[in-house]
Amino acid sequence: MSLKPAALALPLLALLLGAGAAQVGGPGAAPGAVTAPGRGGAGPQLPARLTQTGLYQAGDLSRIAPALQSFSPQYPLWSDGAAKTRWILIPLGRKIDARDTDAWAFPVGTKLWKEFTFQGRKVETRFIWHPNASTWVFASYAWREDQSDADLVPEAGKPAAAELAPGKWHDIPSVTDCRACHVNGGPPVLGFTALQLSTDRDPNAPHAEPLRPGMLTLASLDAMGLLAPPRPDLVASPPRIPAEKPLTRAALGYFTTNCGTCHRATAQGSTLGAVDLAFNHLAAAASPREEPGWATTVGRVGKYTLPGEAPGGTHRVVPGDPERSALLYRMASRRPASQMPPLGTVLADEAALALMRKWIAEETR
Amino acid sequence: MTPTRFLLLGVGALAAATASAGAPAKASQAQIKRGEYIVNMMGCVDCHTPWKMGPKGPEPDTSLHLSGHPAMMKMPPAPQLGMPWMAAASATMTAWSGPWGVSYTANLTPDPETGLGKWTEQMFLDAIRTGRHMGKGRPILPPMPQPAMKNATDADLKAIFAYLRSIKPIVNKVPEPIEPAAAAH
Repeated sequence: MSLKPAALALPLLALLLGAGAAQVGGPGAAPGAVTAPGRGGAGPQLPARLTQTGLYQAGDLSRIAPALQSFSPQYPLWSDGAAKTRWILIPLGRKIDARDTDAWAFPVGTKLWKEFTFQGRKVETRFIWHPNASTWVFASYAWREDQSDADLVPEAGKPAAAELAPGKWHDIPSVTDCRACHVNGGPPVLGFTALQLSTDRDPNAPHAEPLRPGMLTLASLDAMGLLAPPRPDLVASPPRIPAEKPLTRAALGYFTTNCGTCHRATAQGSTLGAVDLAFNHLAAAASPREEPGWATTVGRVGKYTLPGEAPGGTHRVVPGDPERSALLYRMASRRPASQMPPLGTVLADEAALALMRKWIAEETR
Repeated sequence: MTPTRFLLLGVGALAAATASAGAPAKASQAQIKRGEYIVNMMGCVDCHTPWKMGPKGPEPDTSLHLSGHPAMMKMPPAPQLGMPWMAAASATMTAWSGPWGVSYTANLTPDPETGLGKWTEQMFLDAIRTGRHMGKGRPILPPMPQPAMKNATDADLKAIFAYLRSIKPIVNKVPEPIEPAAAAH
């Protein structure tokens, strides 16, 4: 059979190859997304500069606005080694609807900020705002070279905002990328949950930061009367991954943050198409095996096939065998066809890989 | 134009996305025809419909219209090429090999399990805009001309999706892409 010449136009193919490689990240990378003209044109306007969002007192970078509270989730998202600082504003007189432990609802006016620092330099501050009952706004501000302020990033994001390693660049995400994690069948706020703010913090959580004085926890939230209804039960019995074995606890906790925002169990099933795969912690889980991160992975065949294995023959987690587990392989990959998570990171999380390797080897049989 | 630097997301948008999940979009005939025109003009059939040998030479197998790489095809290992040769294609035009590994063209028919049947219109738009499977998964691999398609208007992408929802569903589970041998470890 001869091939159709028109479809084999090599200049086009070369163009495609170049563009595809650039999307992985790099100085010449195309934006992660380009939105069509007119998209998202109505509604509340975002300030042009970070200092206008209410994060700082009178625009003074050395003073965080007094109404804000800082917090630190016990299972932080891997962001290629960024040092991150987070704040939340709960408007005066408003409360978080905490009836559903797995899905808090935030009052109108809630704002959150997350500052990303690489090698001691602030690169971006992400901003979430709930200006009215039907709207959540996601944006990011890119810090100027002189660190004097940060400017609103276009909807398409800002590629190559900071070099992390030779040829590896941090991209400020597009709004579509923000939506990929934050609008996915669960609450739009991901790092401020009962589990993340639990006072029973996991000492083995990769990259966890120590609580600093004044940081919000479940106990302080309850004491300040910010939960509705009051949840003294969460103070008396702080949420935790229901695992006695430390590796299992840390692994399932890591999953819920780093995998469970896309691969999420809901009442309707998984939110990522027809994939029967979920990692988000469920308050109702009473044992590790009831956690989606265990139930849908350990001993379960996935759609991904490891090199050298027969199609349909690869398990997500092979009990006791990390090297034959697709989960570990894909976490270690930063190649397009296999990388997990597929966005928000260009460097593999070596600490998490060590944890997962040990967990699979020792605690999944 | 002042750049629209944020996207409003809320109950309304979520409800719309949920409502359209798994159900045919309410498309007008004019929108479907526009989508058909764009699909034909852009050559989507060239790779998403398997080619076969006809009486006058290679031609798309219209019985498998836009159903992607045939799952039943057993592919031998991809040829090893030396520069300046970079990529190779199967005779069906549905399997491609290059520095990215081996990619297989997707089933674009509305079959719910193996095609786009469970996709929402928003997912389709997000996939084309971001270059990611379903708008949030792995990168869409070459030779898909997503870098060009992402410049389309919302109206044109919605028309394409409307047309794809109108064609015959075909059950065909396209294989997952294969990484380049040198990258596997």
